[in-house]
Amino acid sequence: MIAEAGHYALVLALGLALIQSFVPLIGARVNDPALMNVSRSTAIVQFAFVLMSFLALIALHVISDFSVANVYENSHSLKPLIYKITGVWGNHEGSMLLWVFILALFGALVAIFGVNLPLSLRAHVLAVQAWIATAFYLFILLTSNPFLRIANPPIEGRDLNPILQDVGLAVHPPMLYLGYVGFSISFSFAIAALIEGRIDAAWARWVRPWTLMAWIFLTLGIAMGSYWAYYELGWGGWWFWDPVENASLMPWLAGTALLHSAVVMEKREALKIWTVLLAILTFSLSLLGTFLVRSGVLTSVHTFATDPRRGVFILMILCVFIGGSLSFYAWRAASLKQGGLFAPISREGALVLNNLLLTTACATVFVGTLYPLALEVLTGTKISVGAPFFNLTFAPLFLPLLLAVPFGPLLAWKRGDLVGAAQRLMAAGIVALATIAVVWAWEKGGSALAPLAIGLAVFVILGAVIDIAERVKLFRAPLNTSWHRAKGLPRSTWGTAFAHAGLGVALIGIICESTWNIEHIATMRLNDTAQLGGYSATFDGMTSRQGPNYREDIATFTIRQGGVAIGTMTPSKRSFTTRGMSTTEAALMSRGASQIYISLGAAEANGSITARIYYKPLVLLIWFGPVLMAFGGVLSLSDRRLRVGAPKPARPKFDGLAQPAE
Amino acid sequence: MTRKQRRLTMIAGALAVLAVAAALVLNAMRSSIMFFTTPGKIAEQRIAPGTKFRLGGLVEQGSLVRGEQLKVRFEVTDGNAKVPVAYQGILPDLFREGQGVISEGSLDTSGVFHADTVLAKHDETYMPKAVADELKKEGHWKDDYGKTSSAEPAGVAK
Repeated sequence: MIAEAGHYALVLALGLALIQSFVPLIGARVNDPALMNVSRSTAIVQFAFVLMSFLALIALHVISDFSVANVYENSHSLKPLIYKITGVWGNHEGSMLLWVFILALFGALVAIFGVNLPLSLRAHVLAVQAWIATAFYLFILLTSNPFLRIANPPIEGRDLNPILQDVGLAVHPPMLYLGYVGFSISFSFAIAALIEGRIDAAWARWVRPWTLMAWIFLTLGIAMGSYWAYYELGWGGWWFWDPVENASLMPWLAGTALLHSAVVMEKREALKIWTVLLAILTFSLSLLGTFLVRSGVLTSVHTFATDPRRGVFILMILCVFIGGSLSFYAWRAASLKQGGLFAPISREGALVLNNLLLTTACATVFVGTLYPLALEVLTGTKISVGAPFFNLTFAPLFLPLLLAVPFGPLLAWKRGDLVGAAQRLMAAGIVALATIAVVWAWEKGGSALAPLAIGLAVFVILGAVIDIAERVKLFRAPLNTSWHRAKGLPRSTWGTAFAHAGLGVALIGIICESTWNIEHIATMRLNDTAQLGGYSATFDGMTSRQGPNYREDIATFTIRQGGVAIGTMTPSKRSFTTRGMSTTEAALMSRGASQIYISLGAAEANGSITARIYYKPLVLLIWFGPVLMAFGGVLSLSDRRLRVGAPKPARPKFDGLAQPAE
Repeated sequence: MTRKQRRLTMIAGALAVLAVAAALVLNAMRSSIMFFTTPGKIAEQRIAPGTKFRLGGLVEQGSLVRGEQLKVRFEVTDGNAKVPVAYQGILPDLFREGQGVISEGSLDTSGVFHADTVLAKHDETYMPKAVADELKKEGHWKDDYGKTSSAEPAGVAK
């Protein structure tokens, strides 16, 4: 009954999306406000139906209704409640339902918070959203229905893939999808602008918060996925340049570029055509990511056992939306008016450089990800493009970008003073050089590039600090004045500083982890000790216990620093009976931002055990950086100019009331 | 500067960055791409010792020998030919005899494949796609390999 209700709700949502696809457009054509307003109600009701459908699937998983194929294949009655819920999006059908759920959520948010959008713009935006929604509802209903019943219901389910029974997975896909799908709003706004042939600073002010919000979620989603891979897969890696990871990195790079070009558009009405193109590209890359992950063309744990019909269907969606929007862009872009002029050395110029480097870096990732596919289709040769390729292409393009980051905010709009900016960054440069020297002297072996990269990261972080210090006239005015100026700074300025500093922080983590990581792999007998830098790990023995749906063998290690015990670590191996699989649960111990990491290999008959023990210096900074970036994004989003939903147009002053700007 | 000159400056800058990127990509393509092959094809492709590539196939039944200090030896087969593989380190949880495996490394002069990395995927019914394709081509595909479960994680990372 619940399954049928969920299915039916989804069909109704499709019906509403169809109405929303056409009626508002007709309304805009004949300039009928009532018809245009239809989109508002349909978007909200559509969301209500998808919510019902999504809740229905959750309910089916929670009550373990194994007569539904999706529940049977991915759940088990003994699974803990939280994994019953998160298991809903731990599979193809459920995750697509989550995709449209988030799409409908964003549509409803535009409908609710977009009350002050020009009526025709809102009608167009929601109509474009409905096109996307229609395509994906059809995809789910025709090829991936999560509510299919099994004729002879089995008594027990097949359980969720054990590596997915993890809290990280509860949060990672929704975050990632909020990011992917969030970019659909910028896309819809871009298409709406092309349809209307009109685009201005107000447009950018409406688009920016949505883009920013999507970007924050995508940043956190990627960081979360990376941390999940780090602790769950048991070999201490945090980024593999796996095609599926690249699929999420590409929209992030394009989205970051979009975020910056939208600033130029808002402030200076320049780069209009480029911003629209970026908005289209960013969402296209999100769709491409969905295609790569969901179609089964890639070799990855995300994509096995897919039905080829699904691949073809998503490929069709991809071609229609990407091809269609780009052709439409080519046809209509000329109708958008040119914006303000600026010199190459200026804030705009810096942001153009940012865009150029980010999109080029994105293009190299694109080539590295899709070239093997293209080659295999064309010639049948199978190749693998891995980390070395990206280190040789992506990294050299990112370095100049990092070098330029501190200069950007210090340059003035329209015409900047590069020498002046360089003088103000002098202090940061000197400290960075000193850092390089210190790290160089301290380093025993390792890469010669590492100290340089650390210096660059310090430069980026200090650049962000100097930007704020300059604005509040730190040490040049009395501290009290600086304090007042600091409080008065727009939050978006603070946001920029935090996000840029986050970039430097992440870079330090990445360089330290990959250069000075200590690895010790050995077979250890009882009371054997492994030495890692200043720490030692002693194997104290094994115990076993029974978990809810697995058996667990736990090893205990005592960690000592300079002979003093500082704690125990308990890595384990879990065997899941239903799927006959085992997983390795790594044990982590944080020492400041560094971590000790132990994961187990096979246990031997004589009581000894193989273990990988790592000391990973400053590894936590890799994820702390993105968190800082996201925090910067949130600060920026809370800037009163940019509240989601955009500010009301300024009221004339003479109405006597002080109008709050939000 | 006029609008035209400014635009030209920008276009020139963009082209320069793109040219650099293209050069980087082409250079990386030459030096850092690994080819995938199977034991049967090694002889015909005449892969020189020391060249890195990916070797895919099934782990031969009964071939796994564990040595001192985590050294392991096993054989990879595609039904036509076998290649001995030497590896030092912890094998993945899902490494089993008779199951699909991909190893990265190079051949030495005596024809032993020295693996730097051994990959087995995370589901016991999962067969690396490249291996499955080859086995199908060679006619060694057994239907029960195809009985994959439909659990598909929805995240990033493999």
